[in-house]
Amino acid sequence: MTAEDARFPKGAPARGPRALIFETGSPESRCVLAPELDVPDVSLDTALAGCARVQAPALPHVTEGEIARHYHHLASMNFGVDSGSYPLGSCTMKYNPRLNEDVCRLEGFAGLHPYQPVGTIQGALELMVGLADALAEITGLPGVTLQPAAGAHGEFTAMMMFRAYHAAKGDVRKRIVIPDAAHGTNPASVAMAGYEVTTIASDANGAVDLDALKAALDTDVAAFMLTNPNTLGLFDPNIVAITEAVHAVGALAYCDGANMNAIMGKARPGDMGFDAMHINLHKTFSTPHGGGGPGAGPVCVTAALTPFLPGPLPVRLDDGTFSVGWTDRSIGRVRSSFGNFGVFVRAYAYILALGGDGLRAASEQAVLSANYMKEKLKGTYPLPYDRPCMHEFVLSGSRLRKEHGVHTLDVAKRLLDYGMHPPTIYFPLLVDESIMFEPTETESLEDLDRMIDVMLTIAGEAASDPDLLHGAPYSTPVRRLDEARAVKQPDLRWRPSSAR
Amino acid sequence: MLRAVGATEIDELFESVPEAVRLGRPLDLPDGLTEMETAFALRALADANTPATALVSFAGAGCYDHYVPAIVDHVIRRPEFFTAYTPYQPEVSQGTLQNIYEFQTMICELTGMDVANASMYDGATAFVEAALMASRVTKRHKVVVAGSVHPEWRVVLRTYAASGNIEVVTCPVADGTVAVAAAAALMDDSTAALLVSSPNFLGHLEDLAALGEVAHAAGALFVVSVNPILSGVLEPPSSFGADIVVGEGQPLGNPMSLGGPGLGFFACRDAHLRQLPGRIVGRTVDVDGRGAFVLTMQTREQHIRRERATSNICSNHALNALAAAVYLSAVGVEGLAGVGRACVAKAHYLRDALLSTGTFDAPYSAPFAHEFALRYKGDPSVMHSEMLGRGFLAGVDLGTIDPGMDGLVLFAVTEKRTMAEMDAFVGEVASL
Repeated sequence: MTAEDARFPKGAPARGPRALIFETGSPESRCVLAPELDVPDVSLDTALAGCARVQAPALPHVTEGEIARHYHHLASMNFGVDSGSYPLGSCTMKYNPRLNEDVCRLEGFAGLHPYQPVGTIQGALELMVGLADALAEITGLPGVTLQPAAGAHGEFTAMMMFRAYHAAKGDVRKRIVIPDAAHGTNPASVAMAGYEVTTIASDANGAVDLDALKAALDTDVAAFMLTNPNTLGLFDPNIVAITEAVHAVGALAYCDGANMNAIMGKARPGDMGFDAMHINLHKTFSTPHGGGGPGAGPVCVTAALTPFLPGPLPVRLDDGTFSVGWTDRSIGRVRSSFGNFGVFVRAYAYILALGGDGLRAASEQAVLSANYMKEKLKGTYPLPYDRPCMHEFVLSGSRLRKEHGVHTLDVAKRLLDYGMHPPTIYFPLLVDESIMFEPTETESLEDLDRMIDVMLTIAGEAASDPDLLHGAPYSTPVRRLDEARAVKQPDLRWRPSSAR
Repeated sequence: MLRAVGATEIDELFESVPEAVRLGRPLDLPDGLTEMETAFALRALADANTPATALVSFAGAGCYDHYVPAIVDHVIRRPEFFTAYTPYQPEVSQGTLQNIYEFQTMICELTGMDVANASMYDGATAFVEAALMASRVTKRHKVVVAGSVHPEWRVVLRTYAASGNIEVVTCPVADGTVAVAAAAALMDDSTAALLVSSPNFLGHLEDLAALGEVAHAAGALFVVSVNPILSGVLEPPSSFGADIVVGEGQPLGNPMSLGGPGLGFFACRDAHLRQLPGRIVGRTVDVDGRGAFVLTMQTREQHIRRERATSNICSNHALNALAAAVYLSAVGVEGLAGVGRACVAKAHYLRDALLSTGTFDAPYSAPFAHEFALRYKGDPSVMHSEMLGRGFLAGVDLGTIDPGMDGLVLFAVTEKRTMAEMDAFVGEVASL
């Protein structure tokens, strides 16, 4: 034990790693007891035709108290939106309202089975129709499927609809054009949909290079995918010319809706000439990120694409009741049931609570907060694309690297010591040592000022003591990890043979 | 704040938005509500439903009403878990990362496989990803899918296959299970995988040993979907040569929630690790030598590999995986086996009792676990709605899913159903 460790006696509040749940408890520990059988028992070997399990799986032996402490400890090693500022660019880490966590758990929602008769799920269908209608109004695109489970899933869904749309016209197209600044899911979704990717470079302003786009467009192009506002947080001023050029060759324009939080009630992708987009309910509409999911990635499309929507679609009938329908040229299904209904409940509650004006105000505040931080930081951290940003902006850590040998990664790790989650780093690749801030509208002015102070303080530390940053973080439950070892010596599961 | 950014009004910040595409009017949405009004509005919508959980329900078909121990929801409601992002900053994400590592271990233990990922969207998409992975591993184009797999999953597979990345051939069914000889006849040297589900959509157990041999004889991978709630009582697919095991993990501690969010799980053999889709967590050490967890093998993933990634998946269902891990910790080995045994015993009891009324026929003789299909001698839709009025959700009327299954009713029995409820149900059905 080092001298430093001696400061923490056995029994001091936990701050480091914890034993696995498999190594917790004792063989006698139990939590929930198996139910007593109230029917005649069966011979499993007979009932299961000789396929009864021989060797039991190794699962934890723990009491409820041990479970509570285990996960309490794990929780204490995590950082969430409630823990502090979380300005992760392109992720929209806004506050998750607690009412929404309550209402999605109402038995009238959580207890629904997907194959119940429609007469018993009228409220759920009404909720889904209401959510789809609201998304159609917000995006300016009238056809909506709520089914995709995530943004990437929505991208894939739209690409498959594009394929069906072109095929219905007897038009076989092979390529989809994507700017180099796109999220990685864009090209991956394109490949999954069986298209080839053509990447075009951005122009000097970080926007779509119209000449490069036009050079890439021909009748072999099925679609152009664009994040707008883009991944630099900039609204593309040529957006109308872009979608017109795409349509001129018979291709479709797709909007990656990851940055929708900038423009609710201000501008609509449908009015910009986009034919389809996905919405990340877990970003723009405040549903929690869950440590990686579940989210939901509804897709909104033009009337021309509506016949290809996957089903089933919740619909409002003329008599005011609700039912389930399919379009005549539906691509099919992209997953089971209706979609991530529990996420829909939260998002709908959010939309009801904010209303149309509230959504616009949320976007305005998100944009104002980003511009405020940008102005206060750009003197210290270079801002390669210096114009008013939308809800996020991208700084460069290049000066710190050149002058002090401190990298953006070091800045990010040092932020952890100040109780703040780092911004997105090293994306987009257009910016050297990029630092992408998205504060969101739910950070107070005090929070914004503190983030600014911390960033300026760290720049000072980089100048006075660069090694302090190279060694950061210091205060976290674990410090920098040996990621190379994780790859070279894969340890991807616990094994019973390695038990005590 | 406006002054600090050199603006006098907010719209100056939106000047890069061309005039032509500015909305210029308020959104046509209702005014905002107070929290109390929002709560009442959502309560009213919830009250307009009759949830299966408020009925005596025998509905399954891929989504199941199991008991969820209280501790599960208390854990997943911890904001440190549910308000966190994907654990890309491992120093402050050890909670999420350690849980995923433990979840991966549990899935490996249930399925008998070597390695599992951090989760997929649902069983259907995990199933499709298995077909795509098999195609990458074998460099073959065709997959043979059992006609006894959930019809929705087969539609999802067909929808993905319209990409041209794979070709799907459906294997015929006899007595509610895969016709093994027919499966063998469909396999050839362009077949990447044979995909089956056991129990299958009708609840029947497939002859996995024979089907595994059929797959491997053609040099194809054997992909098996299982229901993990039965993993305490059913031999894992690894014993029958499965190369990839997937499934819907909702039964493990997750509410039905109208079928979503669910929990896709995905496990395979070590040899195919590099082709695995989705996130994986590994154990390593930090600079102080402390054991710690981190996302690893990321060169498979979309944010690094872009169009050459093994999948486009980014968001997964981490919080549902957390619920499943807490559930499995709470029930333990004995609890899981006990739940499985109760489901099997009760399902067998109900089937015998329903058949004894003379109002149902048994169209199949194949072995089953906790779900079975019977043919109703009258009109199933009339029976279904009559029983609804008496407080019972009488399984799933299969004719509403597939006209080819008209007349069949699929019953699932979980540990929540009591003998008294089943006896009451049987009595009421017989009296119609």
